[in-house]
Amino acid sequence: MSTDDQSKALQAQVEAAFKQAQPLSIQAGNSKQFYVRPSEGELLDLSGHQGIISYEPTELVIRARAGTKLSDIEQTLAAEHQMLSFEPPYFADSATLGGTVACNLSGPRRPYGGAVRDHVLGCQIINGKAEVLNFGGEVMKNVAGYDVSRLMAGALGTLGVLLDVAIKVVPKPEAEITLVQAHKPAEALKTLHKINQRPYPLSASCIHEDKLYIRLSGGDKAIHAAAAQIGGDKLDNDMVFWHSLKEQRHDFFQNKQALWRLSLASKTPPLDLGDTLYEWGGAQRWLYTDTPAQHLRETMDELEGHATLFRHAPDNIPMFQPLADGLLHWHKQLKHAFDPKQILNPKRLYPEF
Amino acid sequence: MTKKNQLLQKLHDCLPPSAILTETEELHPYECDGLSAYQHLPMLVVLPETIKQVQSILRHCHALEIPVVARGTGTGLSGGALPHEEGVLLVLAKFNQILEIDPEQRTARVQPGVRNLAITQAADHHGLYYAPDPSSQIACSIGGNVAENAGGVHCLKYGLTVHNIQQIKVVSIEGELLTIGGSGLDDAGFDLLALMTGSEGMLAVIVEVVVKLLPKPDNAQVLLAAFDDIEKAGAAVGAIIAEGIIPAGLEMMDELAIQASEDFVHAGYPLDAVAILLCELDGSAIEVESQIHTVEQILNHHGATEVRSASDEAERLRFWQGRKSAFPAVGRISPDYYCMDGTIPRKHLPTVLGRISELSKQYGLRVANVFHAGDGNLHPLILYDANQEGELERTEEFGGKILELCVEVGGTITGEHGVGMEKIGQMCVQFDSVELTQFHAVKAAFDDKGLLNPGKAVPTLHRCAEFGAMHVHHGELPFPELPRF
Repeated sequence: MSTDDQSKALQAQVEAAFKQAQPLSIQAGNSKQFYVRPSEGELLDLSGHQGIISYEPTELVIRARAGTKLSDIEQTLAAEHQMLSFEPPYFADSATLGGTVACNLSGPRRPYGGAVRDHVLGCQIINGKAEVLNFGGEVMKNVAGYDVSRLMAGALGTLGVLLDVAIKVVPKPEAEITLVQAHKPAEALKTLHKINQRPYPLSASCIHEDKLYIRLSGGDKAIHAAAAQIGGDKLDNDMVFWHSLKEQRHDFFQNKQALWRLSLASKTPPLDLGDTLYEWGGAQRWLYTDTPAQHLRETMDELEGHATLFRHAPDNIPMFQPLADGLLHWHKQLKHAFDPKQILNPKRLYPEF
Repeated sequence: MTKKNQLLQKLHDCLPPSAILTETEELHPYECDGLSAYQHLPMLVVLPETIKQVQSILRHCHALEIPVVARGTGTGLSGGALPHEEGVLLVLAKFNQILEIDPEQRTARVQPGVRNLAITQAADHHGLYYAPDPSSQIACSIGGNVAENAGGVHCLKYGLTVHNIQQIKVVSIEGELLTIGGSGLDDAGFDLLALMTGSEGMLAVIVEVVVKLLPKPDNAQVLLAAFDDIEKAGAAVGAIIAEGIIPAGLEMMDELAIQASEDFVHAGYPLDAVAILLCELDGSAIEVESQIHTVEQILNHHGATEVRSASDEAERLRFWQGRKSAFPAVGRISPDYYCMDGTIPRKHLPTVLGRISELSKQYGLRVANVFHAGDGNLHPLILYDANQEGELERTEEFGGKILELCVEVGGTITGEHGVGMEKIGQMCVQFDSVELTQFHAVKAAFDDKGLLNPGKAVPTLHRCAEFGAMHVHHGELPFPELPRF
């Protein structure tokens, strides 16, 4: 595992860019290049800015530089029987902590274990004026100042260059088991909602091809007791199944059509828009559809959800659900507050900034 | 015509007369929040009942450039809802309706003036509850909880307010109604929900909240362990977590807090203990039973002089009653008390408590410590008498020193109570001018005239320059022996 603090050089590059109003394209592991539009900015390479700065298992916190490989972090945690609660996808071995936070992409455990943003405790960033700033800290509870650290999660680097991030970690569950029940999607969603109302140790769910998959995590005895109450067939090699979902290597994701990610109320009945895989209790749905983007997005507006073009996005369709006017105004204002010359990943999130 | 009269003229068009308070005797009940050391009479108080009325009030205040301070039930402990003398106090107490409980979705849509505990009570027959439980939960409002990112004794396992809300509706200072967050688990664009949570009424006014509900655990059991040494109790906390157990609650109280609570509610706390730990475990019967056994062993191994488990639900609630009543209990043994809210990395607990004890002698003021031990959130209660000349000033100085100490060991000046008016000076210790400038830019992005809760939460650089002249901190660390970060 390499350790290298390149923050001075990174700051110098942002400073030069700020002076010349030169757009920068921030990149670390480049593992999620499918998720961002190609950028014309000068490369700001975070991949060398690596290293775990501190990790104290009993404090449940790890702090690492943004370019630190996700695999290094997860291995370090595993050695202490701990893990990242949000089960982040890698999409490539080169995935880094910084990219994971900037994209705020979480895996199957998300509805029960929280998202990336829920576990961000603090960060150091370079803003668009080349100032190095520290927000949050390494303690669980901290309400001093605005929560800028969590604001960075999912901002795709448009508000600041992440230098390092402090993340809350959790103990690894002692055991896991996956149950499979046969249900059509509508019925599976209802079944899942009933199960969700009970305090079972759930940690993931998926509905695909008339099957409902439920993962339980916790003490060995406790999960088997819950499994007996929930019922279903035990899935062998279940780690492979959840991994294939998380990394999108499952057969469902092999289609080369545009892949939509829908985020909406979990109880929304099946929308019948095309081939769908349900995760997160129904709150995250992967969709291949012939429905025009405009129509899909209007449907999502009505449902107070949003649709993201996750993979194979056609050039002429915005990747993210357009914002209501008032919210777009606040987004532009915030962008201006952090990056007045619009040099950090311009237009990466929305074409307006 | 004065600005006040201009505003009143406009307000009478959009509010019934009973919703506008202008007479001094009507204004007095609103002169402070839970931090009564700071008091101001507002220029006037408005009590709207509809979102449209809130929009109109804000629109008029914006046009006339009149400050607005939003207030829920006023239980906050940092002066966040302290009125502005030339401003409007926007009281949201009439927004007290639970609009919808959706058991399938496990959410509740509520108005901001709804009390925290009322949500749990309303969801109870579905077997659901709202997890964040600040000790003031019988009185505090959910809008205030969001504005302060309130915590509670169960947040080690179940998270803070920010982790337990899904959507809010807010009104901007221009009077526009916006929805932040969606019906799903995330939303498009920046995480404005996180930014708004804990923003202390500085960015917008919250008029509706959708909270997440959790299934009530089948079982909960609490252990009470007594220690003759704070350090041993602190080590036991670390050992429980190292074992891979995240308790639902893990609380510590020191000698003075134990005695005050025991006198008040007779929870059955051991009076000869230097510290007690309360450790609650919840989940299925099998899980709780196995974890209780493990935790008992850890506590004994770390030198607990006594470990008791609550024999029944009544005793479990009594154990908690003692903890949750610690503040009023301390209020009975002292004319006044001042509650601090620093958070520290847990490993520094013995150092910090030792230093607080030294400061206590130095200032001649007693301190009772209650501590959310699991997440490092420390609540020293400084006992003082406001009627004694200069004692409040000494108390504030002592409190300030405690917060600076929290920053020194890598912690923060506020874990869950907010900065408000109270800790505005210590913000200059925690943050440098570049960060404070960035905070002001964030504020201006939402409220360019600076009308929402002005003067709170983020100090001006000028104020910090004055504060810095009194408190040497940068460049000279008072505790060079401490490892940092």
